[in-house]
Formats: sequence, structure tokens, C-alpha cells
Amino acid sequence: MSLGDSATPLGKVRGLGSAREGGEHWITERVTSIALLLLGVWLIASLLFLPKLDRQTIIEWLRAPSAAVPMALLIVVGFRHALDGMKVVVDDYVHEPGRNFAWNTFFLFLAVGGGALALYALATICFGGVA
Amino acid sequence: MASTRERPLSPHLSIWRWGPNMAASIFHRASGVALSIGGLAVLTWWLLAVARGQEAYLDFARLAGSPIGLIVLIGLTWAFFQHLLSGIRHLVMDTGANFELNANKRSAILTFVGSVVLTLAVWIYIFGVGA
Repeated sequence: MSLGDSATPLGKVRGLGSAREGGEHWITERVTSIALLLLGVWLIASLLFLPKLDRQTIIEWLRAPSAAVPMALLIVVGFRHALDGMKVVVDDYVHEPGRNFAWNTFFLFLAVGGGALALYALATICFGGVA
Repeated sequence: MASTRERPLSPHLSIWRWGPNMAASIFHRASGVALSIGGLAVLTWWLLAVARGQEAYLDFARLAGSPIGLIVLIGLTWAFFQHLLSGIRHLVMDTGANFELNANKRSAILTFVGSVVLTLAVWIYIFGVGA
């Protein structure tokens, strides 16, 4: 049973479950939520335990792989989970197909663009020679 | 059947009576939207400020430390913990558990108690350290 085919064999035989691709979305939202539980607590705990929150301390912290990797994961998984969540909200309240498509496309662009921007900032901090 | 009391037949925001369960549900959605838009915007803005230089970082730090900035950050902290605890409750309910009325209600109340306690703990720690 892959993420792309989340229907159970029994559900298939009975013809139950999503008529389209909703099963994958539902599973993805929950799997990313478990990842964010760890990553979100990691971010807050890390910030609390840093001796200072000045720029130099943040740069040194983020340049270590032990912080750069979870931060990159937090960005990717965080924007993905936000996109999946906003789709549920849009689909709940915007029923007309054209407007529904427009709102979902808007949030798709916002999430991909925002995630790319955050990753660019992180890469600049890690590899860009900022001081 | 002589039931004279009008009973709501389908979910509608204007005819729900306030209670812990529905409050946990709507705050889960509201905090999710707040984190998707506000939380990720602050995270991206913060990383960009670190990447861009000392001046940009000081601008960010000044705004974050202003009264409005603190209200937003404390609000996002609460949204994070509310969404986290409520999310755990939803994961439990996804397994088919915790639908017994009293237990379900108690767990809804616990998400609010927990999120307020954790938010207070984080910010008392921050102000106590004197960051």
C-alpha cells in the first residue's frame, strides 16, 4: 500500500473511499503532521537553548549540519503541510469550481514560492559566505 | 413523536452551541491558518533577515521586540501549541479512539489548558532569561 494508492483492498472491493485522489492527500497531511511535531518542537527548544539570539549566534548555529538539516526539513515539510491544510479550508468554503481552482492555485504558488524563498535564505546563510 | 425543541440537522456555524469539542475543532483550523500564513511568513522573513546582513537583522529584531511584534509572536506560540496538541488529539481520533463523549470533551479541554500552560512557560522563560 503506497502513499499514492491509499485505499485498502476491502475498501476497493466495496467501492468505498475517495472518488478521486483524496486518500493520498489525507495520508500526506497526517504523515507531515507527525514530522512537524518533531521539527516544530526542535525549533522552539533550539531557540530557547541558544545563549543569545543575535545574528552571529544564529549564523553559527545554522551552519552546523545538526541545525541546517532539520531547518531545511522544517521548511519543506512545513510549507507542504500548510498547503495541504489550506486546501482543506478552501475546499470546505469555496465550492464553485472556477473560484476553488483559483484559490487552490494561489495557495500552491504561495507555498512553493515561500518555501523556495526560505530555502534560498537558509542556503545563503550556510554557503553564501555571509558574515 | 412530539419533540418540540428545534434540533439542528446539519453542521452550520451559526447554530452550533459553544462547547469544548467544537471549540477545539474551530481553533484547530484557525491556528492552522494562522501558522500557515503568519508563522511561515515570520520564519521566512527571519531567515531572510539573517541572510541579508546585520542591518536587516536589527530591523527584524526591533520589530519583533516591539509591542505589536511580541503580541504576534506570543500569539503564534499559542497557535503552535494549540495546533500541536489538538493535532495529536486528531491523530488519536483517526484511529477510531476517543469518541466516548466525556473522554472526548475532556481531551478537548486539555488541549486548551496545555497550550496556554506551554505558551506561558515559554514566554516566562524568555522574559526570565532577559533575551
